[in-house]
Amino acid sequence: MSVATLDPSAAKSVARRRERWSSSRTYISAAIILIWCLLPFYWMLVTAFRDVGYTFDPTPWFTHVTWDNFTTVFSESLGNHFAQNLLNSLIVSSVTTAVALLFGVFAAYALARLEFRFKFLVLGFVLGASMFPGVAIVTPLFQLFTNIGWMGTYQALIIPNISFVLPLTVYTLTSFFREMPWELEEAARIDGCTQGEAFRKVIMPLAAPAVFTTAILAFIGAWNEFLIASQLSSEATKTVTVAIAYFAGSQPHQEPYTAVMAAGTVVTIPLVILVLVFQRKIVAGLTAGAVK
Amino acid sequence: MSMQAEPLTRRGKKDPGTGLENKEVGQDRKQKTQGRAAALLIIPSLIVLGIVIVYPVIDAIVMSLQKDQGLDPVTGSFVAGGFAGLYNYIHWIFQQCNTPTGQASCPAGTLGSQFWSATGTTFLLTVITVALETVIGFWMAIIMSRTFRGRSALRAAVLVPWAIPTAVTAKLWFFIFAFDGIANTLFHTSILWTGSEGPARAAIIIADVWKTTPFMALLILAGLQMIPNDVYEAAKVDGATAWQRFTQITLPLVKPALMVAILFRTLDALRMYDLPAIMTAGANGTTTLSILVVNQIRIGFNSAAALSTITFLIIFIVAFIFVRFLGANAVESATNSGKAK
Repeated sequence: MSVATLDPSAAKSVARRRERWSSSRTYISAAIILIWCLLPFYWMLVTAFRDVGYTFDPTPWFTHVTWDNFTTVFSESLGNHFAQNLLNSLIVSSVTTAVALLFGVFAAYALARLEFRFKFLVLGFVLGASMFPGVAIVTPLFQLFTNIGWMGTYQALIIPNISFVLPLTVYTLTSFFREMPWELEEAARIDGCTQGEAFRKVIMPLAAPAVFTTAILAFIGAWNEFLIASQLSSEATKTVTVAIAYFAGSQPHQEPYTAVMAAGTVVTIPLVILVLVFQRKIVAGLTAGAVK
Repeated sequence: MSMQAEPLTRRGKKDPGTGLENKEVGQDRKQKTQGRAAALLIIPSLIVLGIVIVYPVIDAIVMSLQKDQGLDPVTGSFVAGGFAGLYNYIHWIFQQCNTPTGQASCPAGTLGSQFWSATGTTFLLTVITVALETVIGFWMAIIMSRTFRGRSALRAAVLVPWAIPTAVTAKLWFFIFAFDGIANTLFHTSILWTGSEGPARAAIIIADVWKTTPFMALLILAGLQMIPNDVYEAAKVDGATAWQRFTQITLPLVKPALMVAILFRTLDALRMYDLPAIMTAGANGTTTLSILVVNQIRIGFNSAAALSTITFLIIFIVAFIFVRFLGANAVESATNSGKAK
């Protein structure tokens, strides 16, 4: 009521001040989130470019900058084969993603577009599969792959990876497909396209971003996998995550921190670039289905 | 044709009296032909999942009923293998081992004596990380839902911890928490972070919260964005305070999304392996169930298979409780996502 007694311009300035205060609070909170999320990552970069002798130097900006750590990462003199590990990760993640997409696209199309019994059950199974604990399949697969001589092969890593990447793919694609304007397909048919043409000219271009986003998510998932790779890979098929976890330094009981941070940087930078470029799509993919 | 996009099944089944007779028949036929197409499209994926998940799970159950061949680590006598009944399960759950004098409690330090402590550690880490991630994630989501300049930069930045492989995250925080590391330097402490139970667990919790809160925040944010703005406007007009708007509008409306996010994170945390395995190798009270299984694999497959089956059951029961009693229905929200728009 006291507002009514004030003259209008004063009331407006109170409101404006309150607004400004609330917006500056938003900015402060946003800054805190930004720092919390990026600071550890920044620290990894600083350490990766820092001379080994200054590993624990707390200077917060880039000092004693050197490329040496990256040379160490790729050098094989300490028994590391980082280039090979990168290649292994690339092979395993790409093949996993490709296989998951190949199967997932069809299943997702059916789940999103067609009506059939047991749909609920299939979705439940797919969702349950994506939440499945990796250890539950690692034990029998460890024995199986040992028996049939698959230890240290790529398929020994790709097959278990599919167990969590395929459900993720089906689930994400289903939610994407459901939101697509399928009426356009019908419209194209009415305008004289054949079913095949309608699919190729209308549906494919619309579905491509969804498939692409799902591919990114699947690839990141497979690339980041550690448990399966740590158990079922050999020296020859070791992936980068395992390599980084057990990176050998020059001193037996001394953790080669700067080199490990450099290795981490090599592995992470492509992902971070991917994420920053496709931020909007990735967020849509991550939250698709789960919350809509 | 556009009718097809509507979910017909359940509606068609639940109130058969509403539709016209011939329309019903048409729908039925449509469902039948679509059913065949759907089967053709879905079965390949189901076969693949059958091979990579169902088969290993069944195999694990079969294995878990067999004795491990080889020297018994406790008695030193040779075990020939063969059917074990539920011995492997009893071994873990009652922490009983074979000794020269018969069944007795597993000696301290052996894996057999660690089942309940590992279960406890797993649940402790799960409850604390998920609680922290929910609260912080909610706060982050609210900030990200506001309109301000640089909002998209913020949304991109929160994806950075999510994108970094957990193995790298573990190494990064291991370095931050090193004795001479930046954490001790910044806070003028000299804590051996990975050297004793409390700090080791704290380090793992902090690393986990850093890595996965963004995921939680984005899921909650998606839920927040579903709430129409006019609901808030109406509440404001009616004189609701900010706190009332939060508890009366935001919380109830975001609850389905929130429950699904919590369910996902809980199941994920229950299988936690990477962070403790790399940061502490399970030392000092950080052995989770997954770590215990992995440690057992090279000692005896069959016993490890029993433990992994138990782990799977525990996770399954928790998921069941979530869906059944707490109303987190991820399948429902997936099936309805077309309608909810």
